[in-house]
Amino acid sequence: MTVETPTLADPHDWLERKGRWSAFEIAFWVASLLPFFLFQTYLPLASQIAVTALFAVSVDLVLGYAGIITLGHAMFFGLGAYAAGLISKAGWGEPLTGLIFAAAFAGLVGYVASFIIVRVQHLALIMITLGLGFLTYELANSMSWLTGGTDGLQGVETWPILGVFRFDLWGYTAYGYALAALFLGLVLSRRIVHSSFGLSLRGIRENVRRMPAVGSDYRGHLQKIYTISAAVAGCAGALLTQTTDTVSLDTLSFQRSADVVVMLILGGTGRLYGAVIGAIIFMVARDQLADMNPQYWYFWIGLLLMVVVLVMPKGILGGLARLAGERD
Amino acid sequence: METQQPALRTEALCKSFGSLKVARDVTIELPRGARHALIGPNGAGKTTLINLITGEMRADSGRIALDGRDITQDPTMARVRYGLTRTFQINTLFPDLAPIEAVTLAICERERLAGQFWKGLTAHREAIDEGFEILRQLQLAEVAIRPTRTLPYGQQRLLEIALALATRPKVLLLDEPAAGVPKGESAALFSVIAALPDDISVLFIEHDMDIVFSFATRIIVMVSGGVLLEAEPAVVRSDPRVREVYLGRASHA
Repeated sequence: MTVETPTLADPHDWLERKGRWSAFEIAFWVASLLPFFLFQTYLPLASQIAVTALFAVSVDLVLGYAGIITLGHAMFFGLGAYAAGLISKAGWGEPLTGLIFAAAFAGLVGYVASFIIVRVQHLALIMITLGLGFLTYELANSMSWLTGGTDGLQGVETWPILGVFRFDLWGYTAYGYALAALFLGLVLSRRIVHSSFGLSLRGIRENVRRMPAVGSDYRGHLQKIYTISAAVAGCAGALLTQTTDTVSLDTLSFQRSADVVVMLILGGTGRLYGAVIGAIIFMVARDQLADMNPQYWYFWIGLLLMVVVLVMPKGILGGLARLAGERD
Repeated sequence: METQQPALRTEALCKSFGSLKVARDVTIELPRGARHALIGPNGAGKTTLINLITGEMRADSGRIALDGRDITQDPTMARVRYGLTRTFQINTLFPDLAPIEAVTLAICERERLAGQFWKGLTAHREAIDEGFEILRQLQLAEVAIRPTRTLPYGQQRLLEIALALATRPKVLLLDEPAAGVPKGESAALFSVIAALPDDISVLFIEHDMDIVFSFATRIIVMVSGGVLLEAEPAVVRSDPRVREVYLGRASHA
């Protein structure tokens, strides 16, 4: 126990710095515009990546920040995708309201599910999320009169954005739209993460036993973030619907739930951009590897996953941050 | 003092695991501003009693009152909000958070600001200032922005107390606050505890008899789940039963 020194850091400054936009972030968003100019042929892939990245960010909110391990989050992605598809088929193809409708619907289901989610932990939690995912998938499968079953939902039509920007064949509008949504999703997520609520979430992740002992209604927090995350995931699903004009059952599949966790682990959990980087790596790898060998491309994902987990336990972004001199 | 409502009162608390009785009719009273020690041999049920009082464990029977308010049925979180807080014998901290974040978290929870996800943390200036002030009191200001897991053990013990203070407790239950701290440092740690404001009533578990006798105004002796004796230090020191079950055998003196 030593005497205070005058070199004491101001805690306000330090906390403020943590929430500030970094050069890396700004560079990232500038770079995200490159596909418009340099890789036009890859625009459809780019918008798929943006959609997947938004989905990954939604999972990072629960998994990376609140410590809720989920293997069933495709449930909300798929519900959003179907909600957007169905409202369009019902005759309302306006994309922004469709997005909001899908997010609200997925969020509502997430809120209901959260009552179960906060009551279980560890393996039981993973099984519950997995189970909910299976239930939703098979419900959609059996309700083919509504969802189109294994054929998927055809004939979705999306009107021009704001009545001006038509979805073009090349995918300019689609990418611009998906990118804008991803950007807004990240702005929202940053806000959450750097709020007092975000701090409590980190507390839950770090030591849930201490939370009631500091007077925290941590279950309420978990329900809240789970609901928000479900809405964001639903938004991502709706984006996929609106940019591809179809909905298939695999939006709800276990594969999608598992893939998104793989992306998070690759990129690094609990840093938002880890989710984005993970999505980019995963989707680009799939695109390139599947071209070479469509059957066995998961071999390479498996290998990459193992290397990352062994060499960079905090994911690729975590590893890079360390190289850049971030103190642990 | 005696006519006042006690800060904390337990009435005939009982708890069993199968045939093992870990709490038998524990009735204790903590007056306002108390500095009471809870002692007893290992397995006497000291930590169990704290778990029962804070609600982490439910009593089979008996009642608990805080400031005259019956809290027997309330969950831990609610008891903390009423002003009943504990620390843990084994560090129960947030390894990746900096101390300033940890105490600010507790203050935001207390002030019901923790649900606000639309406002930046730094908007809660008073909470951060108050947290920093608590850290300063506990001589943790210098390490305020270091991740908790990188702090020396002794400072982590202090952070245990800082986190409890951030809830603004009326009653503070300290479960071996100096556990694992070298003897020289534990006296310093207890002088921090002794310096706590008088409106906080403190009950602490401690094994070091020198510390117990220099910091406690009263001592509660527990043996196999029950209270053997509650008295002033001088009385406890000379009680033959205490010598037999505890002091004699444990040879702390």
